[in-house]
Amino acid sequence: MKYTITLGALAALSLAGIAPSAAAQGKPAAEKHHMKPMHAMPAMKAAPDPTTADFEKFREVLEDDNPAELFEQKGKELWTMKRGPKNASLEQCDLGLGPGVVKGAYVKMPRYFADVDQVMDAERRIVYCMETLQGFKAADLAKKPFSSDSSTPDPVSLTTYVAGQSRGMKLAIPQKNPKEREAFEVGREIFHYRAGPYDFSCATCHGEDGKRIRTQVLPNLSSKSGAMAATQGWPGYRMTGGLMHTIQWRMNDCFRQQRFPEPGYVSQTITDLLTYMAVNANGQVYKGPGIKR
Amino acid sequence: MNIRNISLLSSAAMIALLAAFPSQAQDYRAQAVAMMKRDFHAKGMAGMDRLNEDGLQAICNRTNNKPPKGIAEQMEKDEAASLKLPADGKLMGDWKSGEKIAQAGNGMTWSDKPGAPAGGSCYNCHQIGPKETSFGTIGPSLFHFGKTRGFSPENQKYAYTKIYDSKITNLCSSMPRFGHTGTLTEQQIKDLVALLMDPSSPVNQ
Ligand code: HEC
Ligand code: HEC
Repeated sequence: MKYTITLGALAALSLAGIAPSAAAQGKPAAEKHHMKPMHAMPAMKAAPDPTTADFEKFREVLEDDNPAELFEQKGKELWTMKRGPKNASLEQCDLGLGPGVVKGAYVKMPRYFADVDQVMDAERRIVYCMETLQGFKAADLAKKPFSSDSSTPDPVSLTTYVAGQSRGMKLAIPQKNPKEREAFEVGREIFHYRAGPYDFSCATCHGEDGKRIRTQVLPNLSSKSGAMAATQGWPGYRMTGGLMHTIQWRMNDCFRQQRFPEPGYVSQTITDLLTYMAVNANGQVYKGPGIKR
Repeated sequence: MNIRNISLLSSAAMIALLAAFPSQAQDYRAQAVAMMKRDFHAKGMAGMDRLNEDGLQAICNRTNNKPPKGIAEQMEKDEAASLKLPADGKLMGDWKSGEKIAQAGNGMTWSDKPGAPAGGSCYNCHQIGPKETSFGTIGPSLFHFGKTRGFSPENQKYAYTKIYDSKITNLCSSMPRFGHTGTLTEQQIKDLVALLMDPSSPVNQ
């Protein structure tokens, strides 16, 4: 909530070099692409609308050289590499369209998976595959699940890769299975559940059109167009801090702001919330991993 | 329905109201709460008890924040009963400190230091002073608050009450109950009242 993006900051960011040359230079993308100067920028204040407009302009420029693509590339390598205690790749992972089918899978998740008799979102399913196919321990993956200055966790890159394989496709989250409908309904309840010392629910901040916290626009996630914000641009390269994040991180940080305790990484609670929002957005085109302010 | 979670309800009418919502929504809500209790863990100062509703939250959750009038009035009275006005009778502190408190967005999250004074995060939701253009819009603008309403003791008391417990005048308000929950101290609330009500505060220029 602390950072505002201004023209000056944006100019400095472009000077800091965002062109995707890191891979070409043989450096791991995640390390190369930190936009640290952000924090050091003088705290300039801009009126909200110009701020957003500046960011949008900058996003358009960046979209041609989207930093998220570097993480897609890394995720693709991780997907095909033999790794983990079982020395296996993820190429047999079933994302809902059959073992090994990645194309178009992301825009159809969360969905019901018969093998676990549960609804799972993309990252939850990927972690499940890392566990079952490669022998990684979910508890280990949950220890540091979010990108930091020192590392980008593998599930983040993998999710970005999988998401990239649905670029330009329409969201088609299934609601045929009773458990899928249940996930939607339970997700709706979680979304509206007010509790904690500030009496906040998700809907306090995301329940109406056209609201803001400071200068940050809050999408109305119960509306059809607003709900797309829970999918569009995620996984996203976040300019504040210069880190690649999935929607799992966003949910974690929103629950923090809600003054709730911490939700488990890739827990059912998050799957159900994502189901609620993604179904509300069904039919809209997913543009692929993006950029967030 | 889990009656234990709503033990703070103060009258039989409210129990009856809750019982009048026996629909499927109730089952999904119970399922949602049970799921959160399974999936969440305490972190920093954010304990698992925060997942329990108090009586007011329970009513607002079950009525989509639109409680029937009689019940809202009754519960607003219950909230008012716990209002603690300053013993010295002074409702206004220093607007300069008030501005700092209004700016600070920290408080009550798992990443906040326990024991450190919380901010009010007022600018997250309100326009207040004329210099700060980075303000949110969840709440109404408070610019010229005292100037428009008048600098009367009643209006000081209204502002103090609103910040202490926003629910006294609006049961399902989106605004937190900063005094009721112990988030802000008496002195901090006085400073915020001064920010809104002191004729020399920039808010009223
Ligand atoms: C106290 C305020 C607050 C609460 C409560 C809150 N959020 Fe957020 N949310 C924010 C802010 C601030 C942003 C960042 C907006 C930005 O970056 O422009 C955000 C962003 C998001 C986004 C990403 C939107 C986008 O455009 O990329 C989603 C999705 C989201 N929140 C969902 C939720 C859900 C689900 C909950 C409840 C679990 C929740 N939020 C609770 C304040 C809140
Ligand atoms: C999460 C959003 C939020 C935060 C944070 C918040 N408010 Fe509010 N506030 C509201 C809303 C919404 C209303 C209008 C509904 C109501 O009156 O309860 C309101 C109403 C008010 C009013 C009454 C306005 C009137 O004209 O009657 C005052 C005074 C006020 N807020 C002061 C503050 C102060 C001071 C702080 C910080 C300590 C603060 N608010 C923090 C959302 C918020």
